[in-house]
Amino acid sequence: MAGVWVIAEQRDGAFRKITFEAVSAAKKVADGLGTEVTAVVLGSGLEAASADLGKYGAAKVLYADSPELAVYSTEGYAAAVADLAKASAPDAIIFGASMQGKDLAGRLAAKLDTSAAVDCTALAVEGGKIAITRPIYAGKVYAQVAINAAPQIITLRPNVFDIVETGGSAAVEKVSPALGAIRVKQVEVLAEEGGKIDLTEAMIIVSGGRGMKEAANFSILEALASQLGGTVGASRSAVDAGWRHHTDQVGQTGKVVTPNLYIACGISGAIQHLAGMGSSKVIVSINKDPDAPIHTKADFCVVGDLFEVVPALTDEIKK
Amino acid sequence: MNIVVCIKQVPDTETQIKIAGDGKTIATDDIKWVMNPYDEFGVEEALRIQKAKGGEVIVVGAGPKRVTESLRTALAMGADKAVLIEDDGLYGADPLAVAKILAAAVKPLSPDIVFLGMRAVDDDAGLVGPALAEFLDMPNLSVVTKVEVGEGSVTVQRPVEGQTLVLEASLPAVISAQKGLNEPRYASLPGIMKAKKKPLEVKTLADLGLDKAGKAEIAALTPPPARAAGKTISGETAQELAANLAKALREEAKVI
Repeated sequence: MAGVWVIAEQRDGAFRKITFEAVSAAKKVADGLGTEVTAVVLGSGLEAASADLGKYGAAKVLYADSPELAVYSTEGYAAAVADLAKASAPDAIIFGASMQGKDLAGRLAAKLDTSAAVDCTALAVEGGKIAITRPIYAGKVYAQVAINAAPQIITLRPNVFDIVETGGSAAVEKVSPALGAIRVKQVEVLAEEGGKIDLTEAMIIVSGGRGMKEAANFSILEALASQLGGTVGASRSAVDAGWRHHTDQVGQTGKVVTPNLYIACGISGAIQHLAGMGSSKVIVSINKDPDAPIHTKADFCVVGDLFEVVPALTDEIKK
Repeated sequence: MNIVVCIKQVPDTETQIKIAGDGKTIATDDIKWVMNPYDEFGVEEALRIQKAKGGEVIVVGAGPKRVTESLRTALAMGADKAVLIEDDGLYGADPLAVAKILAAAVKPLSPDIVFLGMRAVDDDAGLVGPALAEFLDMPNLSVVTKVEVGEGSVTVQRPVEGQTLVLEASLPAVISAQKGLNEPRYASLPGIMKAKKKPLEVKTLADLGLDKAGKAEIAALTPPPARAAGKTISGETAQELAANLAKALREEAKVI
């Protein structure tokens, strides 16, 4: 047993939340397999932060400090991890199904001649093997996946796995993996307007559909979202109508989201939309049509006019 | 500039997915098959670049004979040629095995750019693009919303969590398309007529010297976890509804 690896994800020298989710999930898997978690940290100036991963269950950290790794690149990261993995032969490599992780998984699996299961929502150990669950068809069906090769590459859907502090400490070992050619350069970073939280990372989403009637009406959703510390999403019809940017789209051809709270306003609940938000922890539907399919998915249904209920709810939250 | 677009045929997103009797695959009797919506952005972008830079656009698909229809759709949109790697067992195969098969079919076409969708809306994996790039020894640019082709290089925009990255790569490169890249054209009637006469080459896995045996398999499919029945919030006025909802979210659900 060569252990379970986690690839830490960092931006600007700080670990992202998904890193702690991945280490915590890997710890459970490693316990089931009777082995340990090794975190792989790629970046620059992260030595002190690396030791902190012990808190979440990492026994060891392999830390590659290189200016070439400070900013993520598919080729640099895939080459570095593959080089380290070839030397140690881990059983599994786990990381977040973030934009970075989703990009890395395929290239890394190809390099290591294995396969990958992405955006997984549950992991278990059965008979000494990792049993993987992942939604497919945007959640219309769930697949139990087996990877019959090592290392098993597994990426985790953000905000699904709990962060558990085990209070351990990790020994940090410095490594210098071979990087090879990096043919993609990051030339600029354009900030999102107003530092908006991405839908895939949001804990609370207030979403609007065709019932919003026009772009300007989304201001009442912005007000509610801002009061709740959440972010605004939209259905495909709202995006196709040009009321919201496509990055706001939730659904099968948009983003699949798993917030703690999803408030659907004036969304009828087309099958593609339900697929994209159906695994949110708590769902609220606000729609004046009592027969709207969205109500069948909701934990709390409000049959009422969103133009009256939403501002009233914003006022209630302020109290 | 020669451009290859890899396309996948998937169930239309309206489809109610049902699990087949074997418990491992989906029932395919009631499915309308379409080109993966994200691949359409790839076809459109390829045609726009071709208009500016010349060269050929070749579409490549892998799967059962029915994939021909999606390849013809791409030809009707304006692509020049199509290649089908025909095999009944490829639908639902390990994406890494599919990437290897596509790489073997794409390599002899010597493309400057390979486009594909950032993920297929069936298995939602998005593994094929980066894996294909690795097998072709090309850089990959994933999930992009803007493409500008320069001399021997390409600059793209890639939205990630909370920011958009501007990335530059040398050509040839593999680029995966995200919604927002463009507005795909519809095939015109003359386009559809012309597409019938465009070359469509059919290859087998044996021609490529490969098999579809993958390292990942679906052991079982299950319906999504059931949700507990919802509760209708009571109230005569919007204020009452809002007050009762806020109370439920605070005290019952404890999410705010």
